[in-house]
Amino acid sequence: MKSLSEIETVSKRSSRAVGYSWGVAEEIGKNIRMLEMFGISGIKNLNYYFRIKKKKEFEKVNLISKKNEITKLEFCPIVAGLNFLDQVRSLETLKEIKFEKIAFPLLFLPFISRASEVIGKKLELNIDKRLFLLNYNISIYSNSLNEGIVDIGNTVSIKFQENIDSFKENEWEELYKLSQKTFVEENESSRSVGAGSGLTDND
Amino acid sequence: MKVELRDPDKIMKLSRLGSFHQSKLSFLRSFLREFKDWEYKRDLFDLNKFGHGLAIYSFKKDDRVYSLICFANELNEDERSDRVIATKWDAAFTLHDGVPSKNDIERLKNEVPKQEVGRLSYKELTLSRANKSLRVFNHVVESLSNGVQPDTELLLKVGYLYRTTAVYGSGKFGLADRFRIKNREEIYGPFRLEMMLVYLVRQFTFDQVNHVAKSKNPKKAVNLDPVICRKLGIGNSTGLGMAPFIVNHPTLLNNWIHARETALKEIREIKHIKNEHSNLFKLCLNKSIKNITSWNTDSKYQQEKIKSLLKDIKIFIDFLENKFDFSKEFAFDKIYLWLEKNLKEECIEYVVSMMMEPYDDIVNPLINKMSSEEEKYFNIPTNRTVSQLKTILEEKYSKILNIDFSKNENNQNFWFISKNKEEPRLADRFEENGSELEQPLAIARDIKKLYENLSLHKNSSTIDRFLLSNSSLRHVIRRAFIIEEFPYSEIQDNTISKSIMPIDMLRLKLSFFGALKFDPRSDKWLRICMFQGAPLPDQLKNYDDHWVYS
Repeated sequence: MKSLSEIETVSKRSSRAVGYSWGVAEEIGKNIRMLEMFGISGIKNLNYYFRIKKKKEFEKVNLISKKNEITKLEFCPIVAGLNFLDQVRSLETLKEIKFEKIAFPLLFLPFISRASEVIGKKLELNIDKRLFLLNYNISIYSNSLNEGIVDIGNTVSIKFQENIDSFKENEWEELYKLSQKTFVEENESSRSVGAGSGLTDND
Repeated sequence: MKVELRDPDKIMKLSRLGSFHQSKLSFLRSFLREFKDWEYKRDLFDLNKFGHGLAIYSFKKDDRVYSLICFANELNEDERSDRVIATKWDAAFTLHDGVPSKNDIERLKNEVPKQEVGRLSYKELTLSRANKSLRVFNHVVESLSNGVQPDTELLLKVGYLYRTTAVYGSGKFGLADRFRIKNREEIYGPFRLEMMLVYLVRQFTFDQVNHVAKSKNPKKAVNLDPVICRKLGIGNSTGLGMAPFIVNHPTLLNNWIHARETALKEIREIKHIKNEHSNLFKLCLNKSIKNITSWNTDSKYQQEKIKSLLKDIKIFIDFLENKFDFSKEFAFDKIYLWLEKNLKEECIEYVVSMMMEPYDDIVNPLINKMSSEEEKYFNIPTNRTVSQLKTILEEKYSKILNIDFSKNENNQNFWFISKNKEEPRLADRFEENGSELEQPLAIARDIKKLYENLSLHKNSSTIDRFLLSNSSLRHVIRRAFIIEEFPYSEIQDNTISKSIMPIDMLRLKLSFFGALKFDPRSDKWLRICMFQGAPLPDQLKNYDDHWVYS
């Protein structure tokens, strides 16, 4: 079994070898390590993408907008992902961002996962019918694991999820009341020795 | 009194970093302190009369066991080489996590001796190999088998029976990734398991030499005197493989240097020095002179440094004994300022290391801060502005920005990875091929380029926009934001200049390992000795922490 350290190093060096700058290659190395750690096929997709890249051009999206449509060729997942990560703070207000045709979209995924950590919000990534919920770069929930190579995402969207509770207030109250049963009723003497008692705090 | 941390512009110059010496912070010393209460055992020792076979040593505490598995092999004279291109060694080692099963040993028997072309598993933590110092080893066998102790003068001149030629960890060749073990308290502090491997290998070399001597002449042979054993360490040949490490791990480098600088600052801030502390400082200093006088090297470069160190130490001791009063307030601060004014870098850093000896309370808390969660600092804060990044460069790389890279001598070399052994190398850009495959280690040049390109952009522009047209500088943009938070993360020198001394980079790292007696064999590789003078495993329960000077 290859270690994650080996996976990162080989991904980084091979990315440099196909023409990415060292700084970008470092990003790819970290991403492939992350994909493999989460059980998503990073090495397979990167290898296949580089194989195809020798024969085929891909389109670069620089400034990300609400709708990103190709002019002719499929989007390069690395450039699209990297620019999404770099620009995510200014993209947040757009709520949802759509891309048309991203090649090898699983290589795009780790950038979005890292972007989730950067802005402190969960991001929902939809690649055609595949759903990935990216939780602050700590975990990934998906209906589509172990898919191997995914060579195209025809419709890719990213939704910024607001930091809101996943439950109703009455559900919280019910649990909170239960938690109160671990408390002990205080009496006058315990109250008189509590923090701040008998003193003024403005001295 | 508040003392400032020393200026990174001064400390992070290669000539200064290349003058660092071992200290109480060094990894091999902190390893011994951590593991002194662990149960040491030789679990298996199955060697033939030539010393070839299998041996296993372990450290155990509660449910945790670390086992060193040693494979000693036959090696023809013409196969023995310390070069990284070697494919066979006298012995090969791995540190296994837990007690190895028979299946593990069978698996490792095939893989460990192959080193870089073998495959290890997540159950193995470190990997190494070593060669005998044949002259010394044979002399010891010959002497012991005849019932006499060997010539200590010869032994001390070399300092070891074996020297390692590489020690690998952290996921190399299938070894366990650091994330699997990083939460274990006993290995907080960098390179602790590498230190354990080397320490146990040292014991194996003594056991092996005793065994071979006994096999040769069972009736007459004696064991190597433990007093002599203690004076021997493990040698190590180190080449350029180590140099890029300190460039590629900026936050880790910062944390090592920051710990050293913090210790010095806190010691300088002590108002009244207790007698016991000043006496211990002076005792260690005086005893340490024999480490300098017994420091052998053929390197003219190092000989000069040793000569200068010895001369300066004598001047310093004279100053201390005849012109200095330790009862004055802030005595260590006064000493430090005197050193800076009167002596050279090699001696200044030597004394700085020595100042830490009396202060467990200052040094020990710093040791756990010498690791780094590097991933945390990987993302570039792309919402920052061009103006802010320029300010960082002007403040943190001021000397670097003055280097003229259009001059050949400032752009002379390039770092690359060799195809045959995947090892870092340095070559002349104007003489040799391959500079188009240069590794991203020319930080000074790329920082200068970044500064020039930033000047072409609007100050208010954000880094995400700047990156759109400057992707080739992404690696140094990341570093610049790291140095803003970690002032000691960057070497303040040009690592591709004609005058670069790569061994300064090795020396820096090795001093933190705790190596003694740096012996440069060229400007690109050197030999060192580790654990020379250290307590033997069965002496660990009760040992003097200042053993380096005893």
